[in-house]
Amino acid sequence: MKIEFTLNNEFKSINVDPAQRLLDLLREDFGLTSVKEGCGEGECGACIVLMDGRAVNSCLIPAGNIIGKSIVTLEGFRKTARYKMIEKCFLDAGSVQCGFCTPGFVMATESLLNENPHPTDEEIKAGLSGNLCRCTGYNMIIDGVKLAAKRGNGLW
Amino acid sequence: MVKGFRPETLKEALKLRAQYDCLPIAGGTDLMVQKARGFALKPDFRKPLLFIGHLPELQRLEVINRQIHIGAGVILTDLLNSETIPDIFKEILALMASPPSRNLASIGGNICNASPAGDTLPYLYAMDAQVVLQSTDGERIIPIAGFITGPKQTDLKNSELLTKIIIPQTEFDINMYRKIGQRKGMSLTKAAFLGMANVADGKIQDIRIAFGSVAQTVVRSGKIEQSIVGKSTKDIVKNISEISRQYAALIRPIDDARSSAAYRKKVSLRLLEEFFVSNLAKVSNLRKAQSKGDIE
Ligand SMILES: Cc1cc2nc3c(=O)[nH]c(=O)nc-3n(C[C@H](O)[C@H](O)[C@H](O)COP(=O)(O)OP(=O)(O)OC[C@H]3O[C@@H](n4cnc5c(N)ncnc54)[C@H](O)[C@@H]3O)c2cc1C
Ligand code: FES
Ligand code: FES
Repeated sequence: MKIEFTLNNEFKSINVDPAQRLLDLLREDFGLTSVKEGCGEGECGACIVLMDGRAVNSCLIPAGNIIGKSIVTLEGFRKTARYKMIEKCFLDAGSVQCGFCTPGFVMATESLLNENPHPTDEEIKAGLSGNLCRCTGYNMIIDGVKLAAKRGNGLW
Repeated sequence: MVKGFRPETLKEALKLRAQYDCLPIAGGTDLMVQKARGFALKPDFRKPLLFIGHLPELQRLEVINRQIHIGAGVILTDLLNSETIPDIFKEILALMASPPSRNLASIGGNICNASPAGDTLPYLYAMDAQVVLQSTDGERIIPIAGFITGPKQTDLKNSELLTKIIIPQTEFDINMYRKIGQRKGMSLTKAAFLGMANVADGKIQDIRIAFGSVAQTVVRSGKIEQSIVGKSTKDIVKNISEISRQYAALIRPIDDARSSAAYRKKVSLRLLEEFFVSNLAKVSNLRKAQSKGDIE
């Protein structure tokens, strides 16, 4: 099936199986390996990308559903001031250990702050409830998001 | 390579549906997991896919004659952000899946998947919601309880698509929803309880009670509800064990990986009691006190 979409702000036209997972398309066809496969069933958030600005699980999306959409992965997002703020704050708060979950958390954080620039602790927890981390124990990730919301005042 | 159809309009989609033996796919959050073959592999679809999630006709959300009409393709996030959706339904939606999957999952998909653990279903049953099913031959409008015929089974014909859900715009004074799951975020339901009621002058005017995940389909009994209407909340609280016994006969859960039948049944009946004893009685006492001028 012919699939036309925007990937990290570039127009793409490809011919693929419409059932192919966006996750595999991004990793295998486009070499965007920030997108991780943790569970393959929507539970862990390691595969989160932005679709039209909203966080989505790329393991749950068939290629046929991205036609006309704008997909942004961490590779595209890292060029922005918002990314740089999240990166700095995640580093300062110790939000990263092995890093496997981190791209997913960064994209979920962007989606959360985009909707709600000053979330409460509860709103951060709810906003990141689709992401799992095996290392940090979550508190440091929540701290990282809080720091980004505070220092990044005006960015979102 | 599996074939995929991506019509631009509902009319075109219905034509394709009539012409081919194909599988409708909206957000894909159920289907992509059900058909998954594992790490880095393509899901195993045997039939051509009919993509419908993007169809503009399925995205509408409007109020017509005091009824909320929700397009089958509306995603859970958009329901949560809508001013039209009653708070109690939003409370239910906010406990479903996770923010990124709610950005994909459609209400129509939740209904057509017909899981006994489908979280929108107790509310839709309790509200006497109707579903609109369309084909090239026309449309039929049937109650949700008639559409869901069993676990993972619906009355959807091969030529049809679910296009709309119609919910009466009724709100209740007293609302209680509890979802019992393994954890707070992103868990499938072991048992769900929904109670809604209107009380005036200490008497129950309208009551809706629905249980999810504890039988083949949602448990709701018009008969028991009717026997409660008109009674005073005091009498109801006194009679709680009798009401509980009546519901106990209808709650027939199963043992599975998520929970045991015994736990599901016990917790469901406890939630029912909590609804009557804590919520209903408290609210109506408060009302009485308010009308007497004891409390501001
Ligand atoms: C991580 C995760 C967590 C989840 N948590 C919950 C939860 O807490 N509660 C809950 O209830 N569910 C949950 N789900 C299940 C799922 O997300 C929902 O059921 C969702 O609403 C399905 O919608 P969809 O658009 O993704 O459906 P799809 O997967 O696209 O379709 C589901 C089924 O419905 C059919 N279908 C879809 N739309 C139509 C239509 N318009 N007409 C005819 N047939 C149609 C499809 O053919 C398919 O059989 C979860 C899923 C995941 C992956
Ligand atoms: S790999 Fe997609 S959510 Fe885990
Ligand atoms: S840092 Fe290792 S999984 Fe999160």
